[in-house]
Amino acid sequence: MLYNAFRLALQEIRRNVMRSSLTILGVVIGVAAVITMVNIGSGATVQVTEQIESLGTNLLIVTPGQRMGMGQRAPAPAFEVDDAEAIAREVPAVAGVAPSSSQVVTTVFGNENWRTSIVGTDNQFLEVGNWTLEAGREFTESELRAGSAVCLLGATVVRELFGDQDPLGSKIRLGKLACQVIGSLHSKGQSTMGTDRDDLVLIPLRTFQRRLAGNQDVRLIQVSIQKGSSTEAAEEDIKRLMRKRRHISQTEDDDFSVMDLKEITKMLTGTTQVLTALLGAVAAVSLLVGGIGIMNIMLVSVTERTREIGTRLAIGALEREVLTQFLVEAVVLSSFGGVFGVLLALLASVLASKALNVPFVFNPGIAIVGFLFSVGVGVVFGYFPARKAARLDPIEALRHE
Amino acid sequence: MGGDQHRRSALIQLAGITKVYGTGGAATHALRGIDLRIDEGDFVAVMGASGSGKSTCLNILGCLDTPTSGSYLFRDVEVSQLTRNQRALLRRHYFGFVFQGYNLLNRTSALENVELPLVYRGIPAAKRRGLAKSALAAVGLEGHEKHNPGELSGGEQQRVAIARALVTEPQVLLADEPTGNLDTARSVEIMELITSFNRDRGISIVMVTHETEMASYADRVVNFVDGQVESITRHDEVA
Repeated sequence: MLYNAFRLALQEIRRNVMRSSLTILGVVIGVAAVITMVNIGSGATVQVTEQIESLGTNLLIVTPGQRMGMGQRAPAPAFEVDDAEAIAREVPAVAGVAPSSSQVVTTVFGNENWRTSIVGTDNQFLEVGNWTLEAGREFTESELRAGSAVCLLGATVVRELFGDQDPLGSKIRLGKLACQVIGSLHSKGQSTMGTDRDDLVLIPLRTFQRRLAGNQDVRLIQVSIQKGSSTEAAEEDIKRLMRKRRHISQTEDDDFSVMDLKEITKMLTGTTQVLTALLGAVAAVSLLVGGIGIMNIMLVSVTERTREIGTRLAIGALEREVLTQFLVEAVVLSSFGGVFGVLLALLASVLASKALNVPFVFNPGIAIVGFLFSVGVGVVFGYFPARKAARLDPIEALRHE
Repeated sequence: MGGDQHRRSALIQLAGITKVYGTGGAATHALRGIDLRIDEGDFVAVMGASGSGKSTCLNILGCLDTPTSGSYLFRDVEVSQLTRNQRALLRRHYFGFVFQGYNLLNRTSALENVELPLVYRGIPAAKRRGLAKSALAAVGLEGHEKHNPGELSGGEQQRVAIARALVTEPQVLLADEPTGNLDTARSVEIMELITSFNRDRGISIVMVTHETEMASYADRVVNFVDGQVESITRHDEVA
């Protein structure tokens, strides 16, 4: 019976190709919209996650001062190199500690100049921040100890100052400091917040303190935690240690802050996921409209075929059989819509991910869900017209013109 | 009623059948107490003016409609007590219908139209095809299997409808003005076809008509006037 109903449905759809295709268009667009939105959203989530992970996983960022809402900070004394060393020494789960300070200065090479941020740090900065060298070498121990005038350039700085030339061995000027380029960093691209992460120059921390800043301050300590260790516990350890070193009494608040990168990741991916759900929900409304289109055309079909239904009932078709026939027809229609919708979504996702510059993610789960949804739409919106057909009075139906 | 009637078993027995549409002052009495017995192998013509209740009576006989009161025994089963689905099953297994307007499915081949009742009987496709082909052959439509109703003449369409009604070998064929849309020559062909099925296969036939010539093919003619049986004429008695 079901096979027959299926065959009949195909026959009926073939008879009205134009009408059927216009009807399913609603479902096609609905399904495609839902899937595309979710795919783009998933792409954005993946992008956010990837970018944060490229900063370094299990990363804690320790800064002096407390956040006072909207970017304000209460004034607080900076850290010193000793603080970083203390963290490395006394917090057991620590994998790497990179103290740093930075300042924006104008860099000059030949006729080119470029304002960028100069970061005074050590080789741990590379490790902790997942940086790799494009060319050249890291700082040597003696360079770090002596505060030598050597630097590593970010990809943007290389491009702006050197163009296509090889920067290795060249002398550039960082403000008043003449400095030799010993290496360049592999590009990391834009951050989630839209800032250029390759726009920086690394020099040894001691060089920075002595020759640019003129103080012993450390403005930022990045701490990476060993894989498998709890970042929460490490965060607590660092807080306790810093409170002790900075002589903060029990009643006072911290005058420094420790940020967990994982928390930020969670927050940001949470946001994109909410956005994805929202986009999907909006797109689902169009699927609903598609369903109403199917109901409409099925009602028209039932009216047009009233005599046929009357004949079938007279011949001995059960209510259930007539209901099945029309329900199957609606479901076949909407399933066609679902299949074409998935295909359209595939195309749209590729194009949209290119246009919006997010990675292309095709989530087979959502494609299946989208298809099943289209089938469901057929059942829900096909039921009413099918019931109407099944409940027709055979005598009235036979007389229908 | 001749004594030979009682030798055959009663297929249909109507007793005091009434049908009322609407209620109260607006009520229309379509049937006002019909008593009728139809035996196996009978060929009964029902005649009467329009509005006399003959079509209503045929619909009740065909289990398409239920009487307001009275008893309808079909093979000793009280039909007026059956549910909609049970009546559909009764139609499926015992009745064949021929309508004035043919009621073939559009854009569906003659063969598929004839197969339709077999589909609902759950007969497998191959067997269905064979039965439908021989039914079409029996009404003289070999070679027209692939034709859609639109490609057939009125007479041919009614033959397809007859083939569809008879392919299940029903006990009763109910025909509502089967020749109403046809010219005299076609009408005679159709009547001879119907008569042959009654004579050769013993299928009982109840036919509604308003043409005396068509009624003359039947053994008995039941005359309806104003929702009541006015007279029953036996043709063998007349002849």
